[in-house]
Amino acid sequence: MTWLWSNLDLVGELSLVHLALSVPAIILSFVVSVPIGWLAHRYRWSRGVLLTLCGLLYAIPSLALLIALPVFTGLGVRSPVNLVVALTLYGIAVIVRTAADAFDAIDRDVRQSATAVGYSGFGRFRAVELPLAGPVLLSGLRVVIVSTVSLATIGAVIGVPSLGSLFTDGFQRGIQAEIATGIVATIVLALLLDQLAVLAGRLLMPWTRLGPGRRAGSAVEGARP
Amino acid sequence: MIEFRGVSKRFPDGTLAVSGVDIVIPPRKTTVLVGSSGSGKTTLLRMINRMVDATDGQVLIDGTDVSTLEPVALRRSIGYVMQNSGLLPHRKVIDNVATVPMLRGVRKREAHAAALELLDTVGLDRSLAGKYPSQLSGGQQQRVGVARGLAVDPNILLMDEPFGAVDPIVRSELQQELLRLQGELGKTVVFVTHDIDEAFLLGDQVVIMQQGGRISQAASPAEILANPADDFVADFVGADRGKRLLHLREVDGRQLVVDDDGRAAGVLAS
Repeated sequence: MTWLWSNLDLVGELSLVHLALSVPAIILSFVVSVPIGWLAHRYRWSRGVLLTLCGLLYAIPSLALLIALPVFTGLGVRSPVNLVVALTLYGIAVIVRTAADAFDAIDRDVRQSATAVGYSGFGRFRAVELPLAGPVLLSGLRVVIVSTVSLATIGAVIGVPSLGSLFTDGFQRGIQAEIATGIVATIVLALLLDQLAVLAGRLLMPWTRLGPGRRAGSAVEGARP
Repeated sequence: MIEFRGVSKRFPDGTLAVSGVDIVIPPRKTTVLVGSSGSGKTTLLRMINRMVDATDGQVLIDGTDVSTLEPVALRRSIGYVMQNSGLLPHRKVIDNVATVPMLRGVRKREAHAAALELLDTVGLDRSLAGKYPSQLSGGQQQRVGVARGLAVDPNILLMDEPFGAVDPIVRSELQQELLRLQGELGKTVVFVTHDIDEAFLLGDQVVIMQQGGRISQAASPAEILANPADDFVADFVGADRGKRLLHLREVDGRQLVVDDDGRAAGVLAS
């Protein structure tokens, strides 16, 4: 614990850097995966190709990817942008199938009735399909959050600072407390972001919180407008 | 007035769902399409708002071929009520009712005010406006579905087995409510059901459909009972244990009406 207290500034700083790497990657992979998942859901023939290609991303060894990416991005090996791109690709691999499943899971009756009353095209996607896919999308996002925050530590190996730097530094200098701090801080950060996502889900999707116990009929009806 | 002229529908998989249908649906009356599953009644209904397009023939609304109309605008001008209410589970009751007017560009404040009045019209307490559909009973959800169908004050109201999923007591309540509403509003209602009793109760015109999407008979309930067009119709309308063949029997000095199986159906009014 003494190590932690005397290095609190460093841990705090690395946590922020770690956030700056993982949060953009999480958001990007979500934003990219939702339309891909929708396409895979909407056009059956594209499903196999899209989901397999995206899934294969996960099979690329991370070190190899981090070394190969600069060739495509034109940035130095130590640029954090490369790491964000790599994390985004892995994030897409993790969430895209869930995204397709999320759209598949929308009640057929609700979709048909939305069409019947005059929703169409993008309006139906935004107002009906996206919110109804929300709960499943959220569960996929939570997996991406945890996996991205933990995977971001790999940056330390190629010299991009993050909480992972605490492992590499701790190993090199033989400081057990530093390694332990790195692990615990990564987990805490992951759980924190995860709870943030859950909270955001509750605020954005209030209808998902209704338990069957609150049905009209069992509750006092019409007591309050 | 809605008119079907030689309308057929063959689905891409080869199934002939509707075959050579000619029928006139009179304005401001209730027409009930009735038949067992696979008789094409829902397909026929969905051709009116272009959820399904005919492969042959024409569907006309007030003389205009619907295939010349833009489907989305057409759907927004026709009320639609379906089984399990089809309400959007992520929208509050009031937003569900206000959906279509807002799609047509009515301001939220006006649409909500009108939606509250519609809750009155369909017999729902205004306190339900802020609830989500899952917090309502099946019967209440169905009423909200009807309110939504009426929200743009359409001339035509399409109802696809709207009361199919509620218990018999609530169903009977909803049927009476629909009769009352129709008496007040006088819409052109096209109603799909597989329940012949419901068809006879609600329909000014009853259209009996058989497998393969052909019309066996289209007439008033009284005409169908008096003159069934063929054996299929006779069997279909009397299918429930011959309960439509009623006899008189005297018991303890009173005239009882009994069905073919001898079950008491009622007492003859003196």
